[in-house]
Amino acid sequence: MREVYLDYSATTPVKEEVVREMIPYYTEVYGNPSSLYAPGLRAKEGLTNARQQVADLIGANPAEVFFTSCGTEADNWVLEGIADQLKDKGNHIITTKIEHHAIIHTCMYLQKYHGMEITYLDVDEEGFVSPEDLENAITDKTILISIMMVNNEIGTLEPIKELAAVAKKHGVLFHTDAVQAAGNVPIDVKDLGVDFLSMSAHKIYGPKGIGALYKRKGIMMPSFIHGGAQENRKRAGTENTAGIVGFGKAAELARVNLDSHIAHSRELRQYLWDQIQAKIDLVRLNGPKDFDKRHPANLNVSFNYIEGESILLLLDAAGISVSTGSACSSGSLDISHVLAAIQVPMEIINGTVRFTVGDFTTKEDIDYTVDALAKVVDTLRKLSPVTGKEGW
Amino acid sequence: MALYNDTVMDHFLNPHNVGEIEDPSGKGIYGSPVCGDMMMVTIDVDENDVITDAKFKTYGCGSAIASSSMATDMIIGMTVEEALTVSNKKIVEELGGLPAIKIHCSVLAEHAIKNAIWDYAEKNGKHYAGLEGYNPTEDSEEDDHHDIPAAE
Ligand code: FES
Repeated sequence: MREVYLDYSATTPVKEEVVREMIPYYTEVYGNPSSLYAPGLRAKEGLTNARQQVADLIGANPAEVFFTSCGTEADNWVLEGIADQLKDKGNHIITTKIEHHAIIHTCMYLQKYHGMEITYLDVDEEGFVSPEDLENAITDKTILISIMMVNNEIGTLEPIKELAAVAKKHGVLFHTDAVQAAGNVPIDVKDLGVDFLSMSAHKIYGPKGIGALYKRKGIMMPSFIHGGAQENRKRAGTENTAGIVGFGKAAELARVNLDSHIAHSRELRQYLWDQIQAKIDLVRLNGPKDFDKRHPANLNVSFNYIEGESILLLLDAAGISVSTGSACSSGSLDISHVLAAIQVPMEIINGTVRFTVGDFTTKEDIDYTVDALAKVVDTLRKLSPVTGKEGW
Repeated sequence: MALYNDTVMDHFLNPHNVGEIEDPSGKGIYGSPVCGDMMMVTIDVDENDVITDAKFKTYGCGSAIASSSMATDMIIGMTVEEALTVSNKKIVEELGGLPAIKIHCSVLAEHAIKNAIWDYAEKNGKHYAGLEGYNPTEDSEEDDHHDIPAAE
């Protein structure tokens, strides 16, 4: 059976070139980068090189890049770190309703245990945050603003430069979760004017278990993991050397191939959407209609009268991997907070599928997928008591 | 490692008794797509009170569809009274278990069947111990399957 992976926003395969760079760091260059003898120093060189590669992807200085265990850790670190660092200045954080749980759940934690007040900004029907809303939400207690660069479910590209400018005008620090953005849109932290940026290797064809935080030079923030002197004393723990080296290589490839990656993704995403519209009726696109304002590989579609998990399972049975934003609320399984925030009606949310294409996706994969999808939708609609005539 | 066991997957991939009986003895609907699950059951009952046929249409997740298939299998051949004792727990047992957060999906089938039998009883002036005090038209607003604890 053919296998088609269309969930690149969940994670990506690690590219061969990346694995090849990593292997020696397990077997030959196994020294502890903190050790002062040659094998340790060689490992350290690997870290230095990787830090440069990651910095280059986002236009940062390598000294501003701190490796973490994942994007979620980077998000946790900024929020908790700044809440502590600036606790005398204020206790207010502004974020949005459509952030990743790494942000939202950390905010809930800070609210519950550290007395922080959190504002969750609304978004419009395509998921955009308005700079005016942001400006109106800022108070003299606001110490941090955290807004994602690209939404993971509906692909919305937020106007980070404008939003960061608002923050700057009011002297508030600005963080962006760029886990979905890195490697998919050009990023220049200086031009964007952000103070912090989180990223993750496994979304850009690098290994799992490694992420990074960009922290603009000069900003004070306590360390998140305490112990040794790694990461300029900011993030203790023996480095995941091979992971970091892999991240570095993946970042380099992402930078060098950015244009072709974007072009390839857009072409296949467009083809997928065209084919779905041609072969399946009663579908709805969620997120920006203008594909220029959307993650190049993301397509989020709802299928009327049927439910997401059954679509996912039937596609899985055909060898196709996608993800769904739905989860029936009957069992208080969480429905997508993102689709709810952009006001997709509940019965439509329940039939939603997210497709993300990637570097290894082919046109044949899309043809195979849409054929299977048309059958799946037809099967489930025949099984469904909902026909649209009931008036829901 | 799969989300569901083989029996559940079997019933989900090849559901039994799909459809809608024309001129059924009873018809029941439960849930709504807004909640994420909905089931319609039609049954035929003969003069001996035996359910001779049952068909369903379900909007819902894999376990909702599998539970519908299994539950309709179970009640075909039962008397109406027997069918009223088919609880969601029994459906889950027959399916060889569901993940804890998916137990509520089987409640859907229990209720939809009960509603179909209620409809049959109403139309034919019948009374069943298992329907005592039950009126689906009254509680359709407050879907109590929302609150069922994730047992097992
Ligand atoms: S019907 Fe709610 S998750 Fe199955």
